[in-house]
Amino acid sequence: MTDPTRLTLAEARDALRARKLSAGELTRAHLGAVEKARALNAYIVETPEKALAMAEASDARLARGEAGPLEGLPIGVKDLYATEGVHTQACSHILDGFKPRYESTVTSQLWRDGAVMLGKLNMDEFAMGSANETSYYGPVASPWLPPNRDADWARAALADPGKKGLLTPGGSSGGSASAVAAHLCLAATASDTGGSIRQPAAFTGTVGIKPTYGRCSRWGMVAFASSLDQAGPIARTTRDCAIMLGSMAGHDPRDATSVDAPVPDYEAAVGRSIKGLRIGIPREYRIDGMPAEIEALWSRGVEWLRAAGAEIVDISLPHTRHALPAYYIVAPAEASSNLARYDGVRYGLRVPGRDIADMYEQTRRAGFGAEVRRRVMIGTYVLSAGYYDAYYVRAQKIRTLIKQDFEKVYADGVDAILTPATPSAAFGIGEKGSADPVEMYLNDVFTVTVNMAGLPGIAVPAGLSGDGLPLGLQIIGRPFGEETLFSVAEVIEQSAGRSPLPARWW
Amino acid sequence: MSVDQATVRRIAHLARIAVNEDEVPHLQRELNAMLSFVEELGAVDVSGVEPMTSVIPMKMEWRRDEITDHAGAAAVVANAPVSEDQFFVVPKVIE
Repeated sequence: MTDPTRLTLAEARDALRARKLSAGELTRAHLGAVEKARALNAYIVETPEKALAMAEASDARLARGEAGPLEGLPIGVKDLYATEGVHTQACSHILDGFKPRYESTVTSQLWRDGAVMLGKLNMDEFAMGSANETSYYGPVASPWLPPNRDADWARAALADPGKKGLLTPGGSSGGSASAVAAHLCLAATASDTGGSIRQPAAFTGTVGIKPTYGRCSRWGMVAFASSLDQAGPIARTTRDCAIMLGSMAGHDPRDATSVDAPVPDYEAAVGRSIKGLRIGIPREYRIDGMPAEIEALWSRGVEWLRAAGAEIVDISLPHTRHALPAYYIVAPAEASSNLARYDGVRYGLRVPGRDIADMYEQTRRAGFGAEVRRRVMIGTYVLSAGYYDAYYVRAQKIRTLIKQDFEKVYADGVDAILTPATPSAAFGIGEKGSADPVEMYLNDVFTVTVNMAGLPGIAVPAGLSGDGLPLGLQIIGRPFGEETLFSVAEVIEQSAGRSPLPARWW
Repeated sequence: MSVDQATVRRIAHLARIAVNEDEVPHLQRELNAMLSFVEELGAVDVSGVEPMTSVIPMKMEWRRDEITDHAGAAAVVANAPVSEDQFFVVPKVIE
């Protein structure tokens, strides 16, 4: 058989069930690929012994005909999911040495269904970032080559810890996106607070879905902004994402915001006809300065969906432009509250001080990186006496207006909304946000509205930029409309065709 | 609205993050950049609009008030940087 890391998750599953391949072989092939790709810095922890033991147990279950939906399939786990006895730090120094005594609900469901854990994946610290540059463990490189650079040049750049000149896989789920794109796992868990699944998926030519708020349990996920955070997968195809979400989703009594509703057969929605679906095109997403190639990509997407029998309608979401500023009040406010728990007492780093207050202050100074400190401070400010109404309450009212925009178009019969996923293709590591943090925040301009309204959104590769880099389209659905997203995304994936990654250069 | 240097020091203390004097001007610039980014929200008409409390309407479930987690004290303090006899140890807070 050819290299098993080239298979999709669905193909690998079928090969295992047909006994053409064993879980042990599949896992060893992936562990080998991970080892050769260390310079990408996608994995921060490898768990080969655990992976081989899980694969052995999977082979035994496969032999007995007791295979679960993900039996024997090797995946990577974003570092913000608590994994029992294994490094879990959300790539922050403040959780130094933390090894939880419990397993997150989402990962425990993946293991219940037979998946194999390869290791923990790099991410922006506490998921705060759009380029995986705020990680305590350093930046991740995308397996896509920068325009006009060859493999020899890129290998030299990769040897430098700063990875200057190479492309970012995006963030915050940069390790997940890079690992999936580079075939270092069949799929990965990720999380999305403002675009952290969909932007890295778009930058790396992979598929990523942020489900409806409440679809997956947040129990055991390191919290960033609790009213916005949601778990989801990144994989190489729409079908693979659907299979992963089927195992990740579901009600959990330990998360009061998880929804008690049956999990549909998402895979059955892949390939379902979209004939007669009404797809909205929001005029407010045609932003100033949008590159012509993004505009052209969007138009191509519209034509593909029309050709598949969908009805295209122009719609208006008038409060769109306020979503990103309102997000930068709501998310830091919730973060400042969530991150108050890191005090040097119960877990992680402790830096001694003159007294207890000084111990807190020195610990949090040393433990949090610059971006996290900045967001905690902004959050503290907008929640502080005298500013709470002017900033926080006002932002939450604007959030209501944003949600009402979507409710109106859905009440008018729109089934889903098509937009670009990002305002540009991937940029170089270290290229953005050093002078003005807001420059980096603008990456999420198309994705953040979805979190503010709690809706599901999927990013799917739709073609290449003029420079040969992946570009993605986003489909936004009704609450719990994930099946529609998978059906529409599959049409785009099939119409766009595969854009193969350059041959392995790392 | 913008923050002055005294406000930056006050926020840092409220957030329990130590800052050096030489970092204050830089932090002030960054915080003001974020505040000017969100300033346009002041012009949005929000009269009569309820603030968002739950993004997906859901009913909170009642449950029995009982112990559901039996991890035990040793597991609770297992990750503490300093612990003694299953207690978290902190610097003295009462003289």
